[in-house]
Amino acid sequence: MNDEQPASKKPAVIRVNGSWCKRCGICVAFCPKDVLEINEGNLEVARPDDCIACMLCELRCPDFAITVEKE
Amino acid sequence: MFNYLKFIRTRNFPHIWCPGCGDGIILKALIRAIDGLDISRDEAVMVSGIGCSSRTPGYVDINTLHTTHGRALPFATGVKHASPDLNVIVVTGDGDATAIGGNHYIHAARRNINLTVLLYNNYIYGMTGGQCSPTTPRGDRASTAPYGNIEPPFNTAGLAISAGASFVARADVYNVKRCEKMIRQALEKDGFSLVEILTPCPTAYGRRNRMANPVKLMEWLRDNTVPVQKWEKLSPEEREGKVRVGVLADTEKPEFTAEYRKLIERVQGE
Amino acid sequence: MSVDRSGKVKMMQGNQACAEGAIAAGCRFFAGYPITPSSEIAETMSRNLPGIGGKFIQMEDELGAMGATIGASLTGVKSMTATSGPGFSLKQENIGYACMAEVPCVIVNVMRGGPSTGMPTLPSQMDVQQARWGTHGDHSIIALVACSAQETYEQTVRAFNLAERFMTPVILLLDEIVGHTTEKVVIPDQSDIEIVSREKPEESPEDYLPYRETETGIPVLAKFGTGYRYNVTGLCHDSTGFPTNDSEEIEKNIRRIVRKIEDNRNQIIDYREKMTGDAEVIIFAYGSVSRSARSAVAMCREEGIKAGILEPTVIWPFCYNKVRELAEQVNTFVVPEMNLGQMAREVKLGVEGKAEVVSLNRIDGEPIKPAQIVEKVKEVV
Repeated sequence: MNDEQPASKKPAVIRVNGSWCKRCGICVAFCPKDVLEINEGNLEVARPDDCIACMLCELRCPDFAITVEKE
Repeated sequence: MFNYLKFIRTRNFPHIWCPGCGDGIILKALIRAIDGLDISRDEAVMVSGIGCSSRTPGYVDINTLHTTHGRALPFATGVKHASPDLNVIVVTGDGDATAIGGNHYIHAARRNINLTVLLYNNYIYGMTGGQCSPTTPRGDRASTAPYGNIEPPFNTAGLAISAGASFVARADVYNVKRCEKMIRQALEKDGFSLVEILTPCPTAYGRRNRMANPVKLMEWLRDNTVPVQKWEKLSPEEREGKVRVGVLADTEKPEFTAEYRKLIERVQGE
Repeated sequence: MSVDRSGKVKMMQGNQACAEGAIAAGCRFFAGYPITPSSEIAETMSRNLPGIGGKFIQMEDELGAMGATIGASLTGVKSMTATSGPGFSLKQENIGYACMAEVPCVIVNVMRGGPSTGMPTLPSQMDVQQARWGTHGDHSIIALVACSAQETYEQTVRAFNLAERFMTPVILLLDEIVGHTTEKVVIPDQSDIEIVSREKPEESPEDYLPYRETETGIPVLAKFGTGYRYNVTGLCHDSTGFPTNDSEEIEKNIRRIVRKIEDNRNQIIDYREKMTGDAEVIIFAYGSVSRSARSAVAMCREEGIKAGILEPTVIWPFCYNKVRELAEQVNTFVVPEMNLGQMAREVKLGVEGKAEVVSLNRIDGEPIKPAQIVEKVKEVV
C-alpha cells in the first residue's frame, strides 16, 4: 500500500460477473464492511468506498464471479 | 485478484453446482495452491468418481478423467503407477470415497501411493437427491433418513490415518485460506495425501436440516470448526459437536511408486 | 534381467503363454486380483514385468484392477487384467467405461463354471454371452478365444493389436483347460510379431478433438502428459470429451462407438475351417472344445460321414456371414459347447432357417469328448 495514497481513494475495485453469479449471498453475509448487497436478484457493489480489499468475497465466491482488483 | 481464467475451462461455465455449494470454493483454493507450486498443467491429471464433487475435473484445464462411482482411486493408481512423472490429483466425495469406494480408499492409503486426494465432505449424496451418506451425522435428516439418521458417521480422516496415509488434513470452505494451505501441503507431500474438506450442500443437506440458506451452513463451519492447536486445550465437553481441523497426520513413509522403482532396479540388477 | 524370449520352444501353461504373449505385444502394465483359474497370469506378470521396466500391481479387488488397467492405458501404456467368472462380473461396469471412453485394454477371462462361485477349478464356456452383453448399455465388443497354449500366446498379441487399432477393450476368453494345460509353445522372434500401437494426434493441442467423427469412427486419444489436455468421461459426451445433454450429439457418439467395430467386422472376424468343402454337417466349435471337434471330424470322415469344422477364433463380432454361407450347403450344424447353448443361439441367427442347428451341451465341469460329438453327428445325419 502506498503511504502517500489519498485517504479518499478506494483500495480496490470489485467486479461481478453477473452471468456466473448464482446469488447465494455468501459474499454479502461475510463481507466485514458490508460492501455488497443483493438487490432485486442482482449482486451489487453497494458501498465500494468501504471496501478494505480483504479479498474474502473473491476467495469465498463459489461461482468464480467476483474479482477484487487492488488499485 | 487471482487470475483463475488461465486454469479453467471457461466454456463449461457457469458450473453445474447449486447456489451456495462449496465445491466451487474448493476448486478455487486448489487452483491457487497449484499455481503456487510450479506444477505443469500438461503433466497434471485430475481423476474423479461420481457425484457433485466429481464434476470438478470438467472445469480444470489439465488432463482430466471422470470415472465410475467409487473408482477414482483405482483409475488414479493406474495412471500414477504406469506414469509416475504425472502429478495426480483425485477429487472425490464422502459417498464416493467412503461408501462405494471405501475399499479403494483404505487400500490406496495403505499403499501410500503418491496421490493428492481432496475429499469433499458435504455429509450427503447431493447429486442423487439428498440420501444419507457414511458421514451424515447421527440424527440428521436425509431423503433416505426421513426420521433422522440412526447410524454413526465415519471419521473419514481418521480412517485414512489408520490405513497408513502419510499426510492427512481436514479443512473447511469458510476458513478458505487454511483450506488452500492444507491443499498445498498435500500437493507437496510424497505419499498418499488426503485433505478432507467440509463443504456446504444447502440444496440436499441444508434444506432438510434447518440450514437451507448457504450462509447458515457457512456460519456452522465458522462456529464449529476448531484448529488442532486449540482443540488440544478443549475439555471433552467442549469438544462435543465440534470438528477438529488442520493437519492431523504428517509422517514420512515409503511411497509406493518409489518402492516399485527400487524393485525394478533390484530385479534388473540381478 | 531383460531376457530375450523370442525364437524358443517352451513348455508352458496357457495362462503363462498369455502373459508371455502380452509382454511380446508390448504390455507393460498389469493390474489383477487373485482368482482361480487365472491367477498364473498375474503371477507370471508380477515376475516378468519389473525386469523389463513394466508395472504390476495386485489391487484390492476386481473393480479396482479394471479401473487401474484403464487409468494406466490412458497414459499410453499397454495394459491388461485377467480374471475368471465372478471377477469378470465385477469388472463389467468398468469394461463399459472403457467402451464408452474408448480406452484400449485387454481383459482375459479364464472361464470356469457358474453361475456365482460355481466351479472354480473346472472348465466351462458359460461367459461367452456375458462377454458380449455383460456391461449395461448399447455397445459393441471384440472377444477372442483360444484353444491351446500356442494359440493363447498368439491371440493375446492379437487382442492388444485390436484394442490399440480400434481403441476399445478387447476380451480374451480362455477356459480352465486351456489355461491350465501345459504344452509346447513356439515363441516367435520378436521381429516376426506384428505389433500395432495406437495412433497419435496429428493436429495441435488447440485444434484437438479427442472424440471427433472420423471416417473409420476410431478416435485418436492422446496420451496423458503429452500436452493435449482433454476430458475423459463415462457420461455421454460430444467430440470434445465433455458431457453433453444434446440428443443429437449423444446419438452420434454412441452410434460411432458401435459403428467403429460393426463396420469393420470383416477386418476383425476370424475363423478356421476344415473339410467344409463337401461337408453335409458342420461342427461349430471354439476354445478347448474345438480340439475335441477336430478329432470328431477325423473320426466321422473315417466312417464316411461328410463332416467339416468351423472354428471361430474371434467370437464377437460373430461370423454370421460365414455361417449363412455354409448353411446354403449343409443340412445341419452341430454346436458342442460347455454351456447350455450360448453360441448355438448365434449360429441359429446365422443360418436364417436354412439349416438345422443342434446343440451338444455339457455343464458338469467335464470336457466334451470327441466320441460324444461323433455320436451327436450320427444322430443328425
